[in-house]
Amino acid sequence: MQPSTQALQKDDTQNPAMLWVKDGEALWNKPEGAAAKSCASCHGEISRMKSVATRYPAYSSTQRKVINLSQQVNLCRVTQQQASQWPADHESLLGLEAAIAKESRGLPISPPTQRQLADAQKHGEALFNQRVGQVDLSCRDCHETLAGKKLGGNVIPQGHATGYPIYRLEWQSVGSLQRRLRGCMTAVRAEPYTHGAKELIDLEAYLAKRAAGMKLESPGVRP
Amino acid sequence: MARTLITVPRTAKRDEIIEIRALVQHSMETGYRRSSDGDLLPRDLIRRFTCRFVPRVAANSNAASTAGDLIFAATFHAAIAANPYLSFNLRATTSGTLVFSWEGDNGLAQTETVSLLIA
Repeated sequence: MQPSTQALQKDDTQNPAMLWVKDGEALWNKPEGAAAKSCASCHGEISRMKSVATRYPAYSSTQRKVINLSQQVNLCRVTQQQASQWPADHESLLGLEAAIAKESRGLPISPPTQRQLADAQKHGEALFNQRVGQVDLSCRDCHETLAGKKLGGNVIPQGHATGYPIYRLEWQSVGSLQRRLRGCMTAVRAEPYTHGAKELIDLEAYLAKRAAGMKLESPGVRP
Repeated sequence: MARTLITVPRTAKRDEIIEIRALVQHSMETGYRRSSDGDLLPRDLIRRFTCRFVPRVAANSNAASTAGDLIFAATFHAAIAANPYLSFNLRATTSGTLVFSWEGDNGLAQTETVSLLIA
């Protein structure tokens, strides 16, 4: 990452993702849905969300599957607030996710030890190493074997998802890890999985395991 | 309503040069891009940004303008990135209020105020 991009991320007065964080913090206290409850009604101050973002994706015993943070937010919306789900990458969803993730900034990514999560991580690792698309590349080919080399003027990163949701300069807005993963799949001319697909969740779970111990830096800024 | 993020020091010493930062959430749609359906996305730009300084009126003074003095202005065009960020400096002489305003297409007219105290 260029020093200028890093500077943009480090300075909260310049980081454009802070606009989304402010939106999210306002939504945290806003009553929604038929139950007219806000996030704060159950969880209290948003500062109590410290370290929450470091453990997702995680296995949900009520859902009986591995879910990521945005699915957890939507789950709360449906079951607790009795409101409608937000679609993937909805501005409000990203804002709330960014505000929650910001509370864990600087804490190490720490996926929980769960049998079901371990299965997802294993499947995710297989997908990570699987060549896909007409270009016939796996995630590993670029982000491990060729990491540090150049792709069209940009340094290929090691693919550690430590700053999501990120403000991507190319998108000129905040986006989720799934949006990023889908973008990569389109780039290698593979058919991307749909938002919320099990394959994407499993990939997210493996990436969290791979980046375990690294500090969360949400909301990140990326080129 | 566009969300804004304005950074101004709460207090400053007299004659100190302070940095003011203003970030606004705006798509800055150029009017040249097409959507995934092939339709032209309508132009939606911020056209002008101004920052004015309104000095605090002393109790015995009768010569104060309410509009304030223009301290910084910028004209925006297409090809300026979304969520434009500006930073500029001001020599702080008296306490008062900074009035930030963004004007643009689709009736955009947003004003934010921040007070500045000279210690």
